[in-house]
Amino acid sequence: MSTPAPRLDDLISREYQHGFVSEVESDAIAHGLSEDVIRVISSKKNEPPFMLEWRLAAYRHWLTMREPEWANVHHPPIDFQDIIYYSAPKSQKNGPKSLDEVDPELLRVYEKLGVPLKEREMLAGVAVDAVFDSVSVGTTFKEKLGSMGIVFCSFSEAVQEHPELVQKYLGSVVPYTDNFFAALNSAVFSDGSFCYIPPGVRCPMELSTYFRINAKDTGQFERTLIIADEGAYVSYLEGCTAPMRDENQLHAAVVELVAMERAQIKYSTVQNWYPGDKEGKGGIYNFVTKRGDCRGARSRISWTQVETGSAITWKYPSCILRGDESIGEFYSVALTNNYQQADTGTKMIHIGRNTKSTIVSKGISAGRGQNAYRGLVKVLKSADGARNHSQCDSLLLGDRCGAHTFPYIEVKNSTAQVEHEASTSRIGEDQLFYCRQRGLSAEDAVSMIVSGFCKEVFKELPMEFAVEAQKLLGVSLEGSVG
Amino acid sequence: MPSNDKQRTSGEPMLVVRDLAVKVDDKQILRGLDLTVNPGEVHAIMGPNGSGKSTLAQVLAGREAFTVTGGEVRYQGHDLLALAPEERAREGVFLAFQYPVEIPGVSNVYLLKAAVNAVRRHRGEQELDAMEFLSLIREKMKLLDMNDQLLFRSVNEGFSGGEKKRNEILQMALLEPALAILDETDSGLDIDALQVVSKGINALRSPERAMVLVTHYQRLLDYVVPDFVHVLAHGRIVKSGGKELALELEARGYGWIEQETARETAQAAK
Repeated sequence: MSTPAPRLDDLISREYQHGFVSEVESDAIAHGLSEDVIRVISSKKNEPPFMLEWRLAAYRHWLTMREPEWANVHHPPIDFQDIIYYSAPKSQKNGPKSLDEVDPELLRVYEKLGVPLKEREMLAGVAVDAVFDSVSVGTTFKEKLGSMGIVFCSFSEAVQEHPELVQKYLGSVVPYTDNFFAALNSAVFSDGSFCYIPPGVRCPMELSTYFRINAKDTGQFERTLIIADEGAYVSYLEGCTAPMRDENQLHAAVVELVAMERAQIKYSTVQNWYPGDKEGKGGIYNFVTKRGDCRGARSRISWTQVETGSAITWKYPSCILRGDESIGEFYSVALTNNYQQADTGTKMIHIGRNTKSTIVSKGISAGRGQNAYRGLVKVLKSADGARNHSQCDSLLLGDRCGAHTFPYIEVKNSTAQVEHEASTSRIGEDQLFYCRQRGLSAEDAVSMIVSGFCKEVFKELPMEFAVEAQKLLGVSLEGSVG
Repeated sequence: MPSNDKQRTSGEPMLVVRDLAVKVDDKQILRGLDLTVNPGEVHAIMGPNGSGKSTLAQVLAGREAFTVTGGEVRYQGHDLLALAPEERAREGVFLAFQYPVEIPGVSNVYLLKAAVNAVRRHRGEQELDAMEFLSLIREKMKLLDMNDQLLFRSVNEGFSGGEKKRNEILQMALLEPALAILDETDSGLDIDALQVVSKGINALRSPERAMVLVTHYQRLLDYVVPDFVHVLAHGRIVKSGGKELALELEARGYGWIEQETARETAQAAK
């Protein structure tokens, strides 16, 4: 916070420096963060008073906090006064006008991943009108879901239309006091997704494809809240497998999941933000707080993540196993290539009786990538019969990368069973030569060996996603051999 | 240098190795090796441990840890050493590994299908879909008396020694190479497995296909009878002959050849 906080009237009158045209200008705030900025955000979004109060409380708390330094990642200090906290809608006019203006390297990757042409335009940020029928498709889905009582909309919409649900659950899993980035997000988040599944309803589709359209340009502080009421089920897919063009360097998102009695939430992520170039310049800092609360008995929350993008990933999707016999699962593949850094893992907090958790973490390091697994398994006194099984495997490609494992285990109940397995291996010359001698190119061979290593995680992903994720690993590892 | 004249039949040789010299970690392993193999022929390369047998097999397949410091290798009239390992494989050079490599999480059938289709693509043939591939592979597996479930286990992981070697021969049967190099395929096999593997190899002998068997023992040659036997010592072929040479080696060991070679070398030096 090196720059002094700007005053309110300066904020509104100051011109946005990137030269947006006038109608956009009026919707952009100048750099910096202060209570006034938060008031502006809240009033622009026409929020009810409880939201503003909550944001301000979060901001005041954030001022008392320091940026965490314990993660095994390194980056220059972030100047939080040099960030624009509200600029919706982002100007598409600032982006490329057609695919001809887009970095050919990016286009080559899309082609390799088999991304449809229209979608390539969207991902590359091309300014096109009425690209997507999906907007209307989205509406059709929404009607169908609505008839079942399912609420699925942007966070801003939820604040307007279902303020009682938002007020009841917002911050109930990740309070703004939780950590530095969660506090910052709570103060300034611009949008995100909201989902509520009523009691006994099984959501009939994977909430995915149109999500990525709905959520594009929600900016760097995104907030997601998913509630599965008693006996409900939902599978939610976040992200997209093609690299996203994005000017924001810092991403500090918060995801909260609430599973009531017998409810089940499956949350799958494929994260492929811009990782920076081969020399480690640029790239997204992805500092995310994701947590699920198994609030009711026999509820279940599963996190599945494939992390291949971002310059720095700092993320620990966690489960609070509060309900008796509730189940928490974490399946993760994290890949770092070139100069990428990942510090990721999970926390499983066993509170209820006979709660179970499973952790399967696969870290892949190539180039000069650094990959750390950090996990906490905590069994409280109340958690009779708790069980956990953790498995952390690391795969190294080359001799300049690193794999690190930091497992923490705290057990306060003698009936608990906690198991931890870990392995580190290297893609051998032998394996590569064997595959090549059978006619596979070195690239295909690496991608096959890596997919084999990740198999246990991929099988947790919805079918189509698993295929895409596999291709994505191949693309992300390009140039890491030979 | 022993003469290979009687091998030179009509048409182009499959493989011609001339004066090949190879180093690994600054250690000279092959020192001027010559070998000519014609289509339809089976050659056995024998020799004591450390003579360079496996090095020859690996260099032909394109292993990058070895440095060729001299000589040349022509395969079907082309410079083999200029090709990457996968290009050699697609052109029909197959190596059955002495120690088949384990690949956790990758099912055997997946690797086999990828390999077959890589070769088919290269030949301009249509790739096989899953059903076509399964029926092809089931037919080939009968030949080797293999259990279906080996297809769905991870490549070589938890395979017994015999299963690994059978799996190598299965791959050879699927890929139908022009030149098959079998590196100590008999090592670690009990007599039953040896018979099954030999049956598989024999079934693949054909007038268009050449085979090079690298082996330490005569044992395999009882089942797969070679046309030519070469003895490798100190990085070059020091003696060549017919299948009876293998029997002589079995009876007398390798020592006498080394002495003979030493004498010849001494005479040549004068």
